[in-house]
Amino acid sequence: MNLWNTVLPYILSGISVGGQYALIAVGYTMVYGILRLINFAHGDVFMVAGLMMVYFAAAMPLYAAIPLMILLTVLLGFTIERVAYKPLRTAPRMSVMISAIGVSYLLQNLALYITGGLNKNYPEIPWISDKITVFGATTTRVTVITPFLTVVLVFALVFLINNTKIGMAMRAVSKDFETAELMGIRINNVISATFVIGTFLAAVGSLLFFSNYPGIVPTSGAMPGLKAFVAAVFGGIGSIPGAVVGAFIIGISESLIKGLDTILLTRGLIAEQMDFSTFSDAVTFVLLIVILVFKPTGLFGEKTTDKV
Amino acid sequence: MKKLFALVLALAMVLSLAACGGSSSGGSGDNGGSTAGDVVKIGVFEPQSGDNGAGGKQEILGMQYANTVTPTVEIGGKTYNVELVYADNASSNDKAPTAAQTLISGGVSVVLGSYGSGVSIAAGDTFKAAGVPAIGVTCTNPQVTSGCDVYFRICFLDPFQGTVLANYAKNELGATKAYCLSKQGDDYSGGLVNYFVQAFGAANCVQETFPEGTSDYSTYITNAQNQGCDVFFSPVSTEAAAQIIAKANAQSLGMPILAGDTWDSNVILEAAKGSDLKICVTTFYQEGADANFDAGIKKWINEDATAKANNGGNDELAAVTAMGYDAYYVALEAIKAAGSTNPADVLKALPGVNYTGVTGAIAFDDIGDAKRDSAFVKECNTTTGVWDFVTVATVG
Repeated sequence: MNLWNTVLPYILSGISVGGQYALIAVGYTMVYGILRLINFAHGDVFMVAGLMMVYFAAAMPLYAAIPLMILLTVLLGFTIERVAYKPLRTAPRMSVMISAIGVSYLLQNLALYITGGLNKNYPEIPWISDKITVFGATTTRVTVITPFLTVVLVFALVFLINNTKIGMAMRAVSKDFETAELMGIRINNVISATFVIGTFLAAVGSLLFFSNYPGIVPTSGAMPGLKAFVAAVFGGIGSIPGAVVGAFIIGISESLIKGLDTILLTRGLIAEQMDFSTFSDAVTFVLLIVILVFKPTGLFGEKTTDKV
Repeated sequence: MKKLFALVLALAMVLSLAACGGSSSGGSGDNGGSTAGDVVKIGVFEPQSGDNGAGGKQEILGMQYANTVTPTVEIGGKTYNVELVYADNASSNDKAPTAAQTLISGGVSVVLGSYGSGVSIAAGDTFKAAGVPAIGVTCTNPQVTSGCDVYFRICFLDPFQGTVLANYAKNELGATKAYCLSKQGDDYSGGLVNYFVQAFGAANCVQETFPEGTSDYSTYITNAQNQGCDVFFSPVSTEAAAQIIAKANAQSLGMPILAGDTWDSNVILEAAKGSDLKICVTTFYQEGADANFDAGIKKWINEDATAKANNGGNDELAAVTAMGYDAYYVALEAIKAAGSTNPADVLKALPGVNYTGVTGAIAFDDIGDAKRDSAFVKECNTTTGVWDFVTVATVG
């Protein structure tokens, strides 16, 4: 077995995981870019989207269930912003953050109440759940589709931000809140649009993620949410390309660390197990710390100059 | 108007949270009643949420069914109503002592549970300090009883189960190299892997662990394939198991999967249905061993919507349910022998209890473990989605 064949499956699953983190990370980074708020409820919205799909797929055909799930998730994101964040617009930033944590726990506990804490099996979606073979590695089709779909969606988003009126308004609001308002931009609409886009991506992300890892519990959103947040910070929070690149780097490095033992063993480089896989999460977070020490604003973060 | 709207929404949130809080402790309401008669309380110390929530609920089903069949017990010539008092340990070692304390404060005479060894070990000291006896139902780690005088148990132990599984892998499956996957910091899977490795031979085992909150198991499947293993041993929680099975199927694992009693669950059957995997588990009870019990509990599950939902939406019996049923009767025997509802008296009476339940004869040794010497081996039938009986395995 040559090196390529040994390493390829890990890179494939890393890219796939990275793509899913990216879709969530974009939601974090967009909201931060505009509101300077870390939306802790984002990972839980992602989980709720998954749960909705479980219940809808049991009650109606998939072609109705998927659009309905996306629609209701977007509505949920919109409602959260209107109810929990908008009334706090003039409050200190810390209060909004606490409100976000509150929403996060509210969603988790509601899910716990409704599901009874039991594992829900995600419905199998035909075609994307089929088995395929890529360069000799067997996997499901969704693994291969995810990164491409992610890149397409992100390009569409960047286009939207750079070339449309609402995109221009978003950029203006993120540059300067008050001046934008003075220029006649309806801040509330722009912020709502941001949440709508962010939750739409989270809904698509949940479809891909849970097709790949089909089991949902109320805390399912926590770890992917945290990793996506790390990815967003890693790439420079506020920057969309940064979030995507950060997510792919974290996905691939995580996957490679888990497989490092086996790769080294089969190449004959080490004689016995070194237990690297134990540290897969630790490595992710160490990577984050190292990047932040050398580049405090992240890989693609904008430099801030303090005006005195 | 806007302020009012915000206020209403805030109230709605608070109320929904209150509803959540109420639900976890509300389970005992229907049994408690306001009957004037004497009541003896049995604590149910089980996970109803978290990683092991599904298994814990199935174990509770057995106790609830036993409680509907035999709702009273005679102590010293007086008839007492038996009340089940519930506490959710949330599958979490740091929440377990609090849940145990809740039961003790509730005035229980004896405690049943828990599903999952880690939480039982964590709560052992709390029970010990209060002098309340506990009967482990399906917690198989030796440390549950060895370090705690008040803990008894009615199931077999991990050294036995690990050896049975290792022998089965070697002799029946003809495996020479095993891949062992457990969860970091989990007493149950870590312990069982340890005993499996001892019996199988450490040189022929690849051992790996995954951290809490892992969702991507595909790399572990790849590891097992790349290292040329011919059996995949992962006695982890059912939540993780469902993910592992999905990935093993997607990546055409190409070797049998072995696991312990935890995997004897509908969750596994559902996840594996339609795949081409070979999954074997060791367990406590095989459906069909006691036809009366099977028919009775199935009828009860089908009539009770909540029970059916807790059993995963069908009436397929899990071994832990049968064990929960037996545990309830062992507790009643102990209370009868003690002739009192005082925990201290029940504790004294427990070692002498002899009871033959649906899962076999139960008697305790010096440490408080049941003397069991056989385990059922079952294989998942992936076309019909039920367990097929393979053999009864013993060690020696």
